[in-house]
Amino acid sequence: MTAPLTAGSRSAVPRGPSAPAGHAPGAAPEGHPGPGQGPPGAARVLQALDAVRDPELDDPITALGFVASCTVSPDGDASVRLRLPTYFCAPNFAFLMVADAYDAVSGLPGVRRTEVVLEDHFASDAINGGVAARAGFARSFDGEAAGELDQLRADFLRKAVMAGTDQVCRPLLAAGTEPDALRAMTLGEVPPSRALDRLRQRRAELGLPAGDDAPLLIDPATGAPVAGDAVPLHLRKARITRVGIEANSGICRGMLRHRYDSAGQGEEDQ
Amino acid sequence: MYEKDGEKYFIVDSHMHYWNAAPDNWVPGAEKYADGWINCFHAYQGLGPADTHWSIEHFQKYSEDDLMKDVFEDGYVDKAIFQPTYLKEWYKEGFNTTERNAALGEKHPGKFIANTRFDPRDGDVGLEQLKADVERYGSTGVKLYTAEWNNGSRGYKLSDPAAYRFLEAAQELGIKNIHVHKGPTIWPLDKDAFDVSDIDHAATDFQGLNFIVEHVGLPRIEDFCFMATQEPNVYAGLSVVIGGLMHARPKFFAKVMGELLFWVGEDKMTFGSDYGIWEPKWQIEGFVDWDYPSDEFSDYPRLGTAGKKKILGLNAAKLYDIEVPAEYRLEAGQGTPGAQDDAQLVAGA
Repeated sequence: MTAPLTAGSRSAVPRGPSAPAGHAPGAAPEGHPGPGQGPPGAARVLQALDAVRDPELDDPITALGFVASCTVSPDGDASVRLRLPTYFCAPNFAFLMVADAYDAVSGLPGVRRTEVVLEDHFASDAINGGVAARAGFARSFDGEAAGELDQLRADFLRKAVMAGTDQVCRPLLAAGTEPDALRAMTLGEVPPSRALDRLRQRRAELGLPAGDDAPLLIDPATGAPVAGDAVPLHLRKARITRVGIEANSGICRGMLRHRYDSAGQGEEDQ
Repeated sequence: MYEKDGEKYFIVDSHMHYWNAAPDNWVPGAEKYADGWINCFHAYQGLGPADTHWSIEHFQKYSEDDLMKDVFEDGYVDKAIFQPTYLKEWYKEGFNTTERNAALGEKHPGKFIANTRFDPRDGDVGLEQLKADVERYGSTGVKLYTAEWNNGSRGYKLSDPAAYRFLEAAQELGIKNIHVHKGPTIWPLDKDAFDVSDIDHAATDFQGLNFIVEHVGLPRIEDFCFMATQEPNVYAGLSVVIGGLMHARPKFFAKVMGELLFWVGEDKMTFGSDYGIWEPKWQIEGFVDWDYPSDEFSDYPRLGTAGKKKILGLNAAKLYDIEVPAEYRLEAGQGTPGAQDDAQLVAGA
């Protein structure tokens, strides 16, 4: 038996006494490698985790430094350990990240079994056990949670759309485009950029118009185009929403750095 | 008081604490929460300058002498307002109760204002306790945690009928200032603890009360600002904003300040050090020196000396009827007025 393939061999993160070991009872293997298909490398798993975002900060958990380690055994057993800036980070967002990470990894071809463990968190047991058992949020926190988190996720996606609107519009305004001209623009008329791709993706996730002919400025709750006299306020709201997310992200990154002195897998400086 | 370049600043620290989170105060069986909580606070301190960091042991339980030195002797504060946090499920005598705060205040007459608290879910017993606390400690303000768990309830809203009953009672007892924690939180699990719409309702219905939203609803500053713009009796409590961002993330701090100055205005922002998380000294010195770091921020409102005097003390002095010596006051009309035009903009949208 060879050593697990490891994207990084650091293990500086202390395992709290509450972190569960191994799989929760009842967790079924998630499919088998197909014929001739070996397990993915740790780098591929990390890449899949790039698609998992902190819903509140709207950044990948990898870039934020939340992935403590990521390994795949030769048999295709993937193990991901996640960490957060504080022991008391909101459990609803934590649950979404652990569950999304589980889905992202277990859906990879060649992964036989998936384990995602959130470390050093007051609700580690409930979250890890619940995700492993595919229990959903309400069942994982039996008696403590009144519902699933779809609404919460949608609320934050709408904020991400507003923040993304600022990211796309600010350079246009700086280049001299008048606010009223922005109102008349479609997404297809905006010069290509990463920010634009990101905005389209967030809008699509919400079921909002995201094609070339869709207006650049829309109400993220309804998808309706923004009326002419509402454009200045819409842009102000877009800006402050972005400021709020970025400031929060700054605090979270600072807290994470204080808590762990080593970089996460795929962490990007901001 | 603080003096810089010939300008004198009267300092009211409107959000600070005197806690005991040492192991001797941990509730048996809840040690991991008590320990986790104070470690989490300690991590926030890490966002301040390195030479102001404390050891975890010191942070768990600082002494009366430490507080008096850090806040008044070194920290320039003229009047400090205790904001209690009970957390009795985890800390035997509570984390930072009205009683503990007031006991310190009684030893130093004139230095402190001891706010108290209530929880609408405590019913008649809670009302009696509020009355007793106000009578005993002379509180004119309360600190509320709407996201706090209580007996199976996962938080409450200020707009709940039970909360209105307490707000009415508080008003009758002479309470004027309602500090509401809308910021980083633990519980509840599924309710949006940062939602500020309840404050919107309560502020409209209780015009005789002031609502100071501590931590400005971070991480939902936009929701807070849209609401505060429309309510004349809603204020932005800057605890965590200055301590958590000014040193660690100066660019984001500038943006947050710019947004607050635009939406809320300098007449409705109050300084709070959040001591013992952060010492007031570096926050006050840095804030008086502060300006936007570059032209990138040119479309935000400026903040001048008069505005800084308001934020650092004069606004809170007005809320709490604190006598300000003549040399620290501003002439009528000094500084930049609040964002009234923008309030109409939002209301009409």
